[in-house]
Amino acid sequence: MSAVRQSNPSDSVLRVFDLSIEYRTRGGNVRAVRDVSFSIGRGETFGVVGESGSGKSTLAFAVMGYLSSNAQVSSGRIDYQGEDLLAMPRQRWDALRGARIAMVYQDPMSSLNPSIIVGEQVAEAITSHEPVSAKVARDRTLELFAAVNMPEPAAIFRRYPHQLSGGQQQRVLIAMALANNPDLLIMDEPTTGLDVTTEAQILDLIAELKRSFSSAILYISHNLGVIARISDRIGVMYAGQMVEQGPVREVFRRQLHPYTAGLLECLPSLDFGRKDRALKLIQGLIPDLARLPAACSFAPRCPHARDRCHNEAPELVEVVPRHWSRCMFWREQELERAQRAATTHGGQSVLAAHATSAAPLESGAATEARARSTTTTAPARPLLVVDNLSRDYIDSKKLLGIFGQERIVHALDGVSLELAADETLAVVGESGCGKTTLARLIVGLVEPTDGTIVFDGNALEGSAAERERDVRRRLQMVFQNPDSTLNPKRSIGQALARPLALFRGLSGAQALDEATKLLRAVRLDERYLDRLPNQLSGGEKQRIGIARAFATNPDLIVCDEPVSALDVSVQAAILNLLGDLQARAHTAYLFISHDMSVVRYLADRVAVVYLGKIAEIGTVERVFAPPWHPYTEALLSAIPVPDPDAAVTPIRLEGPVPSAANPPSGCVFHTRCPRKIGAICEQQIPPARSGPEGHTIVCHIPLDTLTTVQKPFTHRS
Amino acid sequence: MSTLPSAGTDTPALATATVASEAFAATAASAAVSAFAAPPLGRRSFFALLRKSPDLVIGAALLLLHMTLIIFGPFATPYPYTEFHMTDALKAPSLQYWFGTDQFGRDVFSRVVYGAHGTLLLSTAATALGVGLGVAIGMAVGYRGGRVDEFVMRIMDGMLSFPSLLLAMLIMSSLGPSRMNVIIAIMIVFIPRSTRVLRSVTLGLKNLEFVEAAKVRGESAFWVITRELLPNALGPIVVELAIRLSFAILLSTSLGFLGIGVQPPEPDWGLMVSEGRQYLQTAPWLMFFPALAISTAVIGANLFGDGIGARLAYRGGRNDL
Repeated sequence: MSAVRQSNPSDSVLRVFDLSIEYRTRGGNVRAVRDVSFSIGRGETFGVVGESGSGKSTLAFAVMGYLSSNAQVSSGRIDYQGEDLLAMPRQRWDALRGARIAMVYQDPMSSLNPSIIVGEQVAEAITSHEPVSAKVARDRTLELFAAVNMPEPAAIFRRYPHQLSGGQQQRVLIAMALANNPDLLIMDEPTTGLDVTTEAQILDLIAELKRSFSSAILYISHNLGVIARISDRIGVMYAGQMVEQGPVREVFRRQLHPYTAGLLECLPSLDFGRKDRALKLIQGLIPDLARLPAACSFAPRCPHARDRCHNEAPELVEVVPRHWSRCMFWREQELERAQRAATTHGGQSVLAAHATSAAPLESGAATEARARSTTTTAPARPLLVVDNLSRDYIDSKKLLGIFGQERIVHALDGVSLELAADETLAVVGESGCGKTTLARLIVGLVEPTDGTIVFDGNALEGSAAERERDVRRRLQMVFQNPDSTLNPKRSIGQALARPLALFRGLSGAQALDEATKLLRAVRLDERYLDRLPNQLSGGEKQRIGIARAFATNPDLIVCDEPVSALDVSVQAAILNLLGDLQARAHTAYLFISHDMSVVRYLADRVAVVYLGKIAEIGTVERVFAPPWHPYTEALLSAIPVPDPDAAVTPIRLEGPVPSAANPPSGCVFHTRCPRKIGAICEQQIPPARSGPEGHTIVCHIPLDTLTTVQKPFTHRS
Repeated sequence: MSTLPSAGTDTPALATATVASEAFAATAASAAVSAFAAPPLGRRSFFALLRKSPDLVIGAALLLLHMTLIIFGPFATPYPYTEFHMTDALKAPSLQYWFGTDQFGRDVFSRVVYGAHGTLLLSTAATALGVGLGVAIGMAVGYRGGRVDEFVMRIMDGMLSFPSLLLAMLIMSSLGPSRMNVIIAIMIVFIPRSTRVLRSVTLGLKNLEFVEAAKVRGESAFWVITRELLPNALGPIVVELAIRLSFAILLSTSLGFLGIGVQPPEPDWGLMVSEGRQYLQTAPWLMFFPALAISTAVIGANLFGDGIGARLAYRGGRNDL
């Protein structure tokens, strides 16, 4: 309750008092939200941070009145300018929603009606609350489109949602939400489904709109970088409770709850890689929300927990002016963390810990490579050589073979790279750049239209089924989506047994033994053998996916965005695991990702891909420092950094992403390049310019010019 | 000391597991559908199930009734169904003749019971064959894609353009009326319909990552279809079987009614309804009881199929995933 006493209580648009919401399910009453209190003032942005299961989405739905039928508000009030939203009759709700309280959702595609043009949908938001004519509504819509920086508002007005890009759809939703100048705007992870450059533009837009519209914003996200940029005050949620609350700079500078500290510490950043240190993790699991003990919910996972924490449920208390914490030992945990940081610099390097350990997972090529490296000094043959690889997809054929245009999508266009044994090469780019296609080509799920793939001296021909068994054994894959990476009808043991039987001829007791060893290697135990995937969490399933890939003792594992679908704390654990396993087994990784911080952490070398072509390739240290390819520069500057004081370097890519069916001539990046030098960029394909250590940038601008004009970003201070 | 990650720093999916195991425990066809041991069906969960999926329970009950008829009926019939009792002809239902007698004095109850044998076993066989082939073709063609897929589906579309009864009649008139031919006719009618359903199920499954993982291992198409896809298609297959069964009963009895299906003296409900028509005014029980048998069997199978379908959709909306 005290958390609601704001500096200007009369200025509050939304005040939530001791809100508790439960879901009635078969497994019991799931207490999704517990005793949450906060308030948002006029023009203020309150950021709610939490991982899955924290209750943040339930909170958003409660404020909008969209709770599902099995949800029950067991206590509390939600005050909107004096009215209790929970006790409101339906008509009043209909009057408020869309006019005074508006919401922007996560997935723009499913929030827009696919059969009505977007202009009409926004106009409808206006006309359903005000008796204005269609013409006035249309004019207002066009103004709104201009306000959200939509290119060509009149043309966009007439388009259907599927004809717009993700960024444009989200702008339409924001325009719709702002149409009636609401007092309260709720944004539930609006940028999560977007590319990082698009996300940066939307965040710029929101920051700008905050100045011109006076709405209070409730911004929900799991991304601390985004929250740091957008919010004035933040609340951190864990297991349904608000565990810390305060002004954004305060909380980021000084964490008064171990969970907040844990979240910040487990984030990879652009400053360090795993050779420097391991990511610090939050141990343990989120508690079962149907069976919560009367104690601190975070205590089982807290490195600072005392006896009192396991026996007493703490309250949210204003321990420092305007900064609330639900930790009873907030001062102690702060001191302990400071001490730990001073002595150990975080965690020790993963590699150092494993330098002398035995390697039960060691692959053949790696053993050879190590043997070779101790005897000769000549560079070993690279494990994987991709030369001029291309893949085209036919988008639409000519009618009857004669009429019309044949549209070919050039998913990948002349990509060449090399990967050595025991090395991690990351391939980074936004959606549609071709990185997934590259992964699928190497692994044999699709066949190339042109170019060659050579794996340890053997040319890889055809699809996976057509390749030699030994090649298949040595080349494995980890997939992106943990929910569909395992067959839901097969137990974990069965899933692991198949590759063991197929490639190592193991069965019966031997297979069981080996499967148990694999589970142990991914930090699970043999109890998992009999379980089905639907009994496992996302992180556990992903570990099984990794175990399955390692089952055949491969030399190269292609990882297709393996951590993108995971929570931040789980992501840290899986990244550490991948690094750990590589140190033991000396397997090479081809790591596909769109997340630059993850790449910085895990990779040795990185290739930046744009529209099917490599823009820049080199070691991580070199690629992440200037000189950069202009696209790399834009990618790096777009990343929202979890530091509210970080300078936002406004390098933004203007213009729509060109379609891969009709790539621009010359340098494919020239339509959006902020450093375009002239006609040469449109006419000639840029040369590959090489710097030290094989660092290559494909650009018309010479390397020394780039070095002079590009300044490194100041991130964490 | 480096910080090693402990097992699973993430959320356990307890609620889902409980829902899943209860759902499977409840379905009568659980043996075919579930891979893990179902907890015993307790009393409380039965009533909960009745409230949640009345379709399923009522349908299962009706089907069970008919199965009982098939298995135990012959022991309950006091008279062989072919035996004439001319003196008791056209008698109304009584304690002696539970469903009354027909124009030859044959006990209608016995005839209905043996008709169950005839009609239901025939329908089940035809459904199993039709859906079985439909599954095989649909999954093979859906997985394969490309021109083979287009070619086969156009043929199926051609066959689908005939209404089922008409197509069955066509086949019967060219093959000649007999029990075996009824099975063949119904099977042919069902193949395109089941193929279509299973093809769409396969299309939804084949791009999932565990299938790609199998391809990366180099598994053959046959292995992928039977070992990865089929277990995940069992839900829709069971639904398909149940719904098709209801149509099979309807089709075979319709053919019997029209006189081009099973021929006398073999018992068939449709035949009995047809014969009973002339006595509608005087001895309505001759039509009533076979018709009752037909409708309860059809509704039972249909409700059961709907119930299972709803159950599967309820748990996530995407097949069994």
